[in-house]
Amino acid sequence: MVRSVTYASFSDEKALLHAAKELRGQGISLIDAFTPFPVHGLDEVLGETRSRLPIVCFVAASIGCLVSMWFQIWTSAQDWPINVGGKPFASIPAFIPVTFEVTVLLGGLVSVAAFFFRSRLYPGKTAATPNRNVTSDGFWIAVEHQAAKVDAADLSCILQELGASHIQHEEQEV
Amino acid sequence: MSHTPISSTRKPLVIGDKSYGDVTQDVLRPIEARPTKGWFVCLMVAATCLVFGAATVWYQIATGIGTWGLNKTVGWAWDITNFVFWVGIGHAGTLISAILLLFRQKWRTSINRAAEAMTIFAVICAAIFPVIHMGRPWLAFWVFPYPNTRGPLWVNFRSPLLWDVFAISTYFTISLVFWFIGLIPDLATMRDHSSSAFKRKLCGVFSLGWNGSARTWARYETLCLILAGLATPLVVSVHSIVSMDFATAVIPGWHATLFPPYFVAGAVFSGFAMVLTLMILTRKVMKLDSYITDGHLQMMCKVLQLTGLMVALAYSTEFFMAWYSGNAYERFVFINRATGPFAWAFWTMVTCNVVLPQLLWIKRLRLNVLFLLGMSIVVNIGMWFERFVIITTSIHRDYLPSSWADYAPTWVEKATFLGTFGLFFTCFLLFLRFLPMIAISEVKGVLHYGKAHGKEVTHG
Repeated sequence: MVRSVTYASFSDEKALLHAAKELRGQGISLIDAFTPFPVHGLDEVLGETRSRLPIVCFVAASIGCLVSMWFQIWTSAQDWPINVGGKPFASIPAFIPVTFEVTVLLGGLVSVAAFFFRSRLYPGKTAATPNRNVTSDGFWIAVEHQAAKVDAADLSCILQELGASHIQHEEQEV
Repeated sequence: MSHTPISSTRKPLVIGDKSYGDVTQDVLRPIEARPTKGWFVCLMVAATCLVFGAATVWYQIATGIGTWGLNKTVGWAWDITNFVFWVGIGHAGTLISAILLLFRQKWRTSINRAAEAMTIFAVICAAIFPVIHMGRPWLAFWVFPYPNTRGPLWVNFRSPLLWDVFAISTYFTISLVFWFIGLIPDLATMRDHSSSAFKRKLCGVFSLGWNGSARTWARYETLCLILAGLATPLVVSVHSIVSMDFATAVIPGWHATLFPPYFVAGAVFSGFAMVLTLMILTRKVMKLDSYITDGHLQMMCKVLQLTGLMVALAYSTEFFMAWYSGNAYERFVFINRATGPFAWAFWTMVTCNVVLPQLLWIKRLRLNVLFLLGMSIVVNIGMWFERFVIITTSIHRDYLPSSWADYAPTWVEKATFLGTFGLFFTCFLLFLRFLPMIAISEVKGVLHYGKAHGKEVTHG
């Protein structure tokens, strides 16, 4: 399926946010926006729900916590108990530091992996940007005019009224 | 980074009327331009130290660590001093990127990238010493619990030395990952703005196809908060665990419950001193004064002064507790520390860490960049001596006078320490040359901070 996408650039984050809100007010939803730094409020306009990464992190960290504590008890008290200075084989308080470190390590690494997976970021991926100034000073939005139920010319007019400095159309394979 | 950073009552974080494009240009310019002569000279000096240090490491491993000045009484000295010194320096980076992110300290954005790089290089330098001290570094992997043919014989999870292995390797991994995550948007900027095709290709691979999508940015910020939340207790845990290497031993002068907070304060103190040294030098050389402003230096001064006072409080508490404990051995160690054969080291420490930093109360001196540079180096020297004093004075004269001994480092120990400075500065100079030393995307987010026209942005 081919979809035709209209990209429009704005002078700064204020103009971009204003335009995005106006478009949504007119019932035209955005596919995405592209900015050189995070613009707050844009995620709400895009209808982005709260990220579930904290849940992923919590689950991974809990697994790290339980597994490392179990592993220390198993090696020290079960598999090969060694008397070290008369301390109990399952010296739980002494196992806390390693448990904490493994909790943090697993929570952190799994969160990062989940972020890459969810955002589809991987080495060698070709960046799909409307313009290479997106990573410097370009503020772009992407609108699909078929889904917006307006024709391309009308959409361009609306975008120009909202202050878009550049408008470009692109046919994309989906 | 996480909120529209607006304040009309505060001073701007970036000086001058910069546009977003200017920020990109300013930070990428030193990477795009040909390296200067000064950079080459610095790299040559650093690399020479590194090669000399590496040759010394080869020599001491081939010969054995009998080449060190250690003896039966003084079993830890320069090696562990250097280890703690470098780990301590490695604390500023993640403190700046994690704790200051949670406290929403916007001024961190100009210095966090370089400080995190410093952290990573410092931890690498630190890890070298215990690995050599093992005597058989090719068996270093024995410190990890893996199924082995020796039983399997597991590691001793009750030992603080093992906790150290986990703490430092976790700290290194998380710091490295945090640093890389922060770099991704800037690598994408390099990919889109570099003049060399090879650089565009290379940055393209490492920027993972980053396209500045608002949906990705939203998740990215959540991820940064998660990592900051995880790294914050991690920063505190690492030096606490390092301090337990000492505190869990029954050596007078080491056996103190004060050690974990004392060491963490000391680590932040030394780390910020090193950040201050590096930032004052690099902002001058790379002409980034509008980004790393005098305001940034003042903020770092405040952290330095606070942690310096905490360290001073810890020194006095140690002496008070030695007297108050009524323990003859404990009392002797502290009297010996201040008046014995290593008194010169103790008084150097007190001068550098307690007496001289009080000059920072004087505003005129605090605003003098050359004075700050000198002070940051003084603190670094003082913090090295702190670790030397704690380690050596506590063990060279303990319970049994017949086993008292003296200690002096050999050239091998000195050369190894010099070598780690070579490694640190070689890595740091290469970092300055090949990666953006200021977090471009984060600075753009605080560009209008404290500037009048920024007020209008708040309605977002």
